[in-house]
Amino acid sequence: MERDDIIEYSLDAHHSEEQGVLLRKKIWKVTALLTIITAVEVLLGAFIKQGTSIWPLVKWSFIGLTLVKAAYIVLSFMHLGDERKVLRYFILVPYFLFVIYLIFILLTEGMYVDNVLKSHGG
Amino acid sequence: MSGHASKQIDTTTLWGGKVSPFSTSYGKLMMWFFLVSDALTFGGLLIAYGFTRHDAQDAWPIGEETFNSMPFLGHGFPLLYVALMTFILIVSSVTMVLAVEAGHRMDKKGVIKWMVATIIGGFFFVGSQAWEWSHFIHGSEFGKVELVDGSQAIVKGHFGEIKNFTVIEAGEHHAKGAVVTDDLMHQFQHAVEVGKINDGIITLHDGSKAKITKEADHDMELIIKKDGKSNKVGTRIKGKNAEKMYYQAIYSGTPHKVIYGANLEQNEYGPQQYGQFFFFITGFHGFHVFSGVIINIIILLGVIAGTYHKRGHYEMVEKTGLYWHFVDLVWVFVFTFFYLV
Repeated sequence: MERDDIIEYSLDAHHSEEQGVLLRKKIWKVTALLTIITAVEVLLGAFIKQGTSIWPLVKWSFIGLTLVKAAYIVLSFMHLGDERKVLRYFILVPYFLFVIYLIFILLTEGMYVDNVLKSHGG
Repeated sequence: MSGHASKQIDTTTLWGGKVSPFSTSYGKLMMWFFLVSDALTFGGLLIAYGFTRHDAQDAWPIGEETFNSMPFLGHGFPLLYVALMTFILIVSSVTMVLAVEAGHRMDKKGVIKWMVATIIGGFFFVGSQAWEWSHFIHGSEFGKVELVDGSQAIVKGHFGEIKNFTVIEAGEHHAKGAVVTDDLMHQFQHAVEVGKINDGIITLHDGSKAKITKEADHDMELIIKKDGKSNKVGTRIKGKNAEKMYYQAIYSGTPHKVIYGANLEQNEYGPQQYGQFFFFITGFHGFHVFSGVIINIIILLGVIAGTYHKRGHYEMVEKTGLYWHFVDLVWVFVFTFFYLV
């Protein structure tokens, strides 16, 4: 028996040729942005060595740029930005809660272990 | 793309049953759930890497020192190859999103065109990774050396070519005065590893002893990675001094002074765990890319057969697209945390 209680959400995703032109324009813009960010990262990495005084700044800008890239991939390429807000939060909130906790706890522990190994001649 | 998701529906209707509160189909939702769990796996791996790195901070290798080679061009190109790989993957992500867009317009030809491009990009990436692994496993010509004072150093510079071995003491296969010209590098590195080079005289497999004729090295630099009696971590030794210390160690006739390349037990780049994490993280990601390519091919066959066109929508392309973008997303993080910082 055919079920009548299921909405075919998949059919709602269609768009017209005119909309398509705009969407493609947006896709190429995001492409250019991602490429530029990657190029900037490589140039920074090639010219500024680890251990120099501005390295921490470069390191944090790497992490910042990575998050920007990730945001564009998830929100634009994966269309999460176009989904309903409740789905967006359903995906992102648990993930970030868990990952931020894990980063905090493991990096703190890692540095502690480093200190112990150093002071006890590991 | 926006469609139903952006429609305003009052909450009673939305949560009252018969509609998805997420305004999305079952399949797409499940793909998202899978990706979240997969992202946790990769997150866990990268954070474990962070833990290990932070507890061995000084000895940890630096990306641009480890990965500075290009196919056919040799070395001296810090991070360029990985950047190229990143670019390939980003571009294949773009072609995928274009395939999805074409699907939303029911443009079958467009979907086929962009999916083929995506698959080609995927193969290029997997191939690049194969090269990267092979290069990582074989290592540099110098290897990592344990110097006379007990410190360990990685070595940068240009290794002078080995011309030949001239036999000065006959063994089972080689007569005195014979000139060996085959497989020189391999024999040389093996002899260094087992400590069979003493004062520039190499003992070959058959027991014969030979004099090594080798061109001079250029621009040699030793970077100390583990403290010894006189050299401390981070010290850089250049030029003639570096050459003297290097050859003093490898021509000492003592085994295990040099490590070439990488395996799961040891590697020339840094601590043991560095190699293990490299193989596991990039391997696990490469496995994802490979399965992504296979899934894309299967879906492409469906597109060509017209399965989705008959169905009235190309959501299957969108779902594999989600997976493919996710693979790209993971690589963005691997690139930053494994290679850049």
